[in-house]
Amino acid sequence: MHIRNKQDFWAGLMFIALGLGFALGATQYQMGTAARMGPGYFPFWLGICLALLALVVTLSSLSRKTEETEVGRFDFKILAIVIGTVILFGLLLRPLGLYASLFILVVGSSMASHEFNWKVSVANGIFLVVFCWLAFIKGLGLIFPLWPSFLGMN
Amino acid sequence: MELLDNLALGFSVAFTLENLTYALLGCILGTLVGVLPGLGPVPTIAMLLPITYVLPPVAGLIMLAGIYYGTQYGGSTTAILVNLPGETSAVVTVLDGHQMARNGRAGAALALAAIGSFFAGTVATMLIAAFAPPLAEVAFKFGPAEYFSLMVLGLVGAVVLASGSLPKAICMILLGLLLGMVGTDVNSGVARYDFGIPELQDGIDFAIVAMGVFGFAEILSNLEQKENRVDITDKVGQLYPNRQEMREAAPAIVRGTALGSALGILPGGGSVLSAFASYTLEKKLSKNPERFGKGHPAGLAGPESANNAGAQTSFIPLLTLGIPGNAVMALMVGAMTIHNIQPGPQVMSSHPELFWGLIASMWIGNLMLVVLNLPLIGVWIKLLKVPYRILFPAILVFCTIGVYSLNYNTFDIFTTAIFGIIGYIWAKLKCEGAPLLLGLVLGPMMEENFRRALLLSRGDYTTFVTRPLSATLLGLTVILVILVALPSIRKKREETFVEED
Repeated sequence: MHIRNKQDFWAGLMFIALGLGFALGATQYQMGTAARMGPGYFPFWLGICLALLALVVTLSSLSRKTEETEVGRFDFKILAIVIGTVILFGLLLRPLGLYASLFILVVGSSMASHEFNWKVSVANGIFLVVFCWLAFIKGLGLIFPLWPSFLGMN
Repeated sequence: MELLDNLALGFSVAFTLENLTYALLGCILGTLVGVLPGLGPVPTIAMLLPITYVLPPVAGLIMLAGIYYGTQYGGSTTAILVNLPGETSAVVTVLDGHQMARNGRAGAALALAAIGSFFAGTVATMLIAAFAPPLAEVAFKFGPAEYFSLMVLGLVGAVVLASGSLPKAICMILLGLLLGMVGTDVNSGVARYDFGIPELQDGIDFAIVAMGVFGFAEILSNLEQKENRVDITDKVGQLYPNRQEMREAAPAIVRGTALGSALGILPGGGSVLSAFASYTLEKKLSKNPERFGKGHPAGLAGPESANNAGAQTSFIPLLTLGIPGNAVMALMVGAMTIHNIQPGPQVMSSHPELFWGLIASMWIGNLMLVVLNLPLIGVWIKLLKVPYRILFPAILVFCTIGVYSLNYNTFDIFTTAIFGIIGYIWAKLKCEGAPLLLGLVLGPMMEENFRRALLLSRGDYTTFVTRPLSATLLGLTVILVILVALPSIRKKREETFVEED
């Protein structure tokens, strides 16, 4: 079997899985009747609708008349660096404080660019830390843990 | 004249120093975001939503609206000077706008875009003021069945009029509705799909989804493209269009405004479709269509006016019916609910100062943008030269800080990161994020009305088709879907959006 429209094929499978997943999850809640709906009723049928429509998407992606598409390559390096540094920021925010973790976020994520340069990203990091201090801490009064917790300065 | 009284109230609200400042701030931020390619209005508004928590509701909404139409102006600047659309609705502007710049008429192109946008903004603001009250009257007659059907029409209309695969877009809506189910069910108090995580009991914040799917995923896609061909036209030249350019552009501005205003009211119409439709219309009407794509003033002024008019009138369904027509309006619903304002027809009577103040500030904002953009063009050009490797970490920083300050919770940062990954996968599979966001915002409202309608009819599903208003709305939805599925129209639809790729 030749999959012509790869984008639609994989998207369809994903939607089927999600639709069935939500419908299955809904069966754990009370269904009730149409007149007195329980919390499971609406999401259950919504999930079924999604799965059915997705089935149509998947099947029509196999049809001979459909246009041919490919799924573009995933760049796992960029994905890992960008998402990784954001998660790292979330993990470090409480123990290290805003300034340090923000700086790590900027310099770390800069590595995802193909024109990465240490000097530029360090300068950018310092600039953004100062900018955030001015705009968010001084200007808007948002409350963050600012310094590393072991220093006991917060 | 009630209209004049209302407008007078609006201007008295909008002309306070505080609100003027926030309108200006919104316009500047919007222009900034619009000028920078790779950062659209959706993640920006999502990013800045938490900040507006501290502002009074009127000021917050005025600022967000300013960001929205500011991006329209800013986006066209980039489109004209760099041959890159600063944001989606400026895709069409690139075609003739950049060619004019190439011909040494960059200044004239910028001025025409600004004049067209301002004219369109003025007309559209008047239209909102005139048509919103009667429409809201109609909305008061709506029961839950009508609201449900209206939301179905709105959601389907939103994807029918947009580009891309229709079945996939409807799948994204359904998925958005399902994601909207996450959290505590208001009727029974049962926490749904929370996987035992306390943070999920409040539901998934749409700002998180917007930042992940639009902000992070966009960054990832941009970083992939190593070849960043930038071709900036530095020489702006004379800022005044000559007489012939004016003569060619003027009718296009009027037609574009009319077209944009009409399409903007339709759900999902908004600015992108208006711009495409106007370009097609101008090319059809023109005596020398071969000049299009080579720097015809009408090919720039028409779509520019249309997208601005469309952007403005897309506020009408939001303000009168409480139904967002596009992703930005979905965020505005969120902003209103944060301030305890339930969007819908009652806003006009319960918060007249907010309603009319917002409308008046739109006009003021448009004026500010003309003043802001033309003389400050040099500043924006400088900004265009900031390389992406400096820009994207800044976007990441603002997104993460924005997300964190929603609830002062690091869990939200992780959720956003996960939606970033999901958004990247969706981008690869060509699944659009906008329908998902609409579904997510409307999900709880839709379930509520669905339940209520069936409760009132004692579980009888025919209530949706036996009530005339509801039946009409559902009928329109069916007609829309059939129309789009027809082969001849499908081909036309593909043609209209062909330049987008």
